[in-house]
Amino acid sequence: MPDDRAPVLLRGVSYAYGEGELRRPVLREVDLAVGPGEIVLLTGPSGSGKTTLLTLIGALRAMQEGSAVVLGQELNGAGEAQRIALRRRIGFIFQHHNLLGFLTARQNVAMALELDPMLDERTRLARAGAMLAAVGLAEHADRSPEKLSGGQRQRVAVARALAGSPGLVLADEPTAALDRASGGEVVRLLRDLAKSRGVPILMVTHDPRILDIADRIVAMEDGRIVDASAGAAD
Amino acid sequence: MNEIAKAPHLLPWAPERTGEAATTPAHAPSAGGGARSRHGSVRPEPARPGWGRGLLLPLRLAWRQLRAERARLLSAIAGVMFACVLVFMQLGFRAALFESATSLLSAMHAELFLMHPLTTASFRPEPLPRARAFQTLALPEVAEAVPVYMTQISWRNPETGARRMIQLVGFDMQAGAMRFPGLDAVADALKRPDTVAFDIRSRPEFGDVAGLLARGGGAPLMVEAGNREVEVVGLVEIGASFGADGNIITNEVNFRRLVPHRQASNLDLVALRLTPGADPLAVQARLREILPRDVVVLTHAELVAHERSYWENATPIGFIFGFGSAMGLIVGMVIVYQILFSDIAAHLREYATLKAMGYSNGYLARVVMGAALILAGLGFAPGAAISAVLYDLVGGATYLPLGMTIGRAVLVFGLIFAMCAAAGLLAVRKLRDANPADMF
Repeated sequence: MPDDRAPVLLRGVSYAYGEGELRRPVLREVDLAVGPGEIVLLTGPSGSGKTTLLTLIGALRAMQEGSAVVLGQELNGAGEAQRIALRRRIGFIFQHHNLLGFLTARQNVAMALELDPMLDERTRLARAGAMLAAVGLAEHADRSPEKLSGGQRQRVAVARALAGSPGLVLADEPTAALDRASGGEVVRLLRDLAKSRGVPILMVTHDPRILDIADRIVAMEDGRIVDASAGAAD
Repeated sequence: MNEIAKAPHLLPWAPERTGEAATTPAHAPSAGGGARSRHGSVRPEPARPGWGRGLLLPLRLAWRQLRAERARLLSAIAGVMFACVLVFMQLGFRAALFESATSLLSAMHAELFLMHPLTTASFRPEPLPRARAFQTLALPEVAEAVPVYMTQISWRNPETGARRMIQLVGFDMQAGAMRFPGLDAVADALKRPDTVAFDIRSRPEFGDVAGLLARGGGAPLMVEAGNREVEVVGLVEIGASFGADGNIITNEVNFRRLVPHRQASNLDLVALRLTPGADPLAVQARLREILPRDVVVLTHAELVAHERSYWENATPIGFIFGFGSAMGLIVGMVIVYQILFSDIAAHLREYATLKAMGYSNGYLARVVMGAALILAGLGFAPGAAISAVLYDLVGGATYLPLGMTIGRAVLVFGLIFAMCAAAGLLAVRKLRDANPADMF
């Protein structure tokens, strides 16, 4: 193992939108650590800053104050190229599946691997196929996303997020657009795959039905972490 | 493991396997954790993908995206094709104009020419003194000085009697200063008084002279030209131009009969034939020294270029066709831009997702440019084919030398390619709106 330190380590992270008079702080002095293989759920009311926190950790936004070390990369002061390189090592799962409509499920998953110059086309498609099999969609691999159900699409998105062997998975309300049964199915699949690979997950959610998958639940309010408690299940 | 076993001279650790930095980063971030923790897990930059990879994968993605929406793809191809045909026709007309305008001069066969410096175009010549022609013979390199007379005279259509101006060219047939197809066959007959040879590629308004000759069965074909009855003794091939709708040729003496008010000492052009082995440029320089300023000495290429530059610069025609080409390119660019822009706008979420996955702006820009270049290729192929057919149709109707040439095809492809690339570059700006931070 390279190290046993936290894949995500935040110290005193503050963030504000707007300038001058209109400056509106959304994160105030946030400290957060996600351990290796840990599944952490971020909850809190709208506007509490959890999504902003997720985009900062995902290197989708430039840092303002504080220190955030994600997978060994300090993000404060990191340039665009460093942030892009870090994103390749993170699996993202969005509220909507955001699959490319003109590609099949397998090609969508393979997109996560096309950035790796070491792989050839056959390896990419084979890995994508294996990943789809792991989410139970082996027989739907060559369908286009519009021919899949909502739950199936989100499972393709899970496969895409995990295909590149990420060091961290960030998910934003992955069950919001799904019904109870398929939502639960998707997050449990995600948990099992992540656990078997030792990949930590940081997930923003409002959904009380899926809190049981967490190792730890972090509640946010008004830009601060107010409560960090152990997950219900484990 | 395999790599190390095969190549033992490599470093004993493989950075891409352990995640260790291959070299200490030159610009390590100043803030944040200690040096040890940074060094321990910063991954090296991934190896640069090869050129083929870096271009082929975006190109494939672009093609898959274009292919997914057939109607949009077809309208884009139609737009490029339209621009392509427009540019081909404009450039074709332009080239045909210049070629036809210089067809008479191009057919002349002599190394050097004398012309009055104020002559702007061959169909409107300024006369120069005949004495200049003979003065050139002072140089031993000048073998022959052949006077050429040119004017426009009326010609009565032998079928309908309608009158129309035709270009009359008079010169000594024996000198070999002209090389029209068919000239040798009629050269002897043209020695007789009041005879002319008719340009078979003149516009049809001058009458079906070829048909009349063929049907006449050897009987002389008499035509009224310049208020005089002349016999058409044969056919030559020169070509109509924008300056002259048709041509007839005759010898020097017949020219004087047809144009009696012209003084024989006033020439329109002098063709100089040099002795074999003489250097035309040296002779040209020598002639410029000894001849007065009322003539210019031109090589054959300069003569053709002079005529061409008249049409290019002194008439609006060259500009009009250039402008027409530019309009076609702009219309095509707008269409391609519109297609690419709406493609990006409709897929902003997907593009933002790709950015979140670690695709760079540059990679996505290559996808957009790839789409632009695919459209260029797909629009050009049918556009060129349609243009080739149109050239045949229009060339047949206008008697202009229209035809597809490799050079023009390459030029138009380059223009269409540049047009699509420009549209792509404009559309790439829209990619900035795909912000992965807005995805959550």
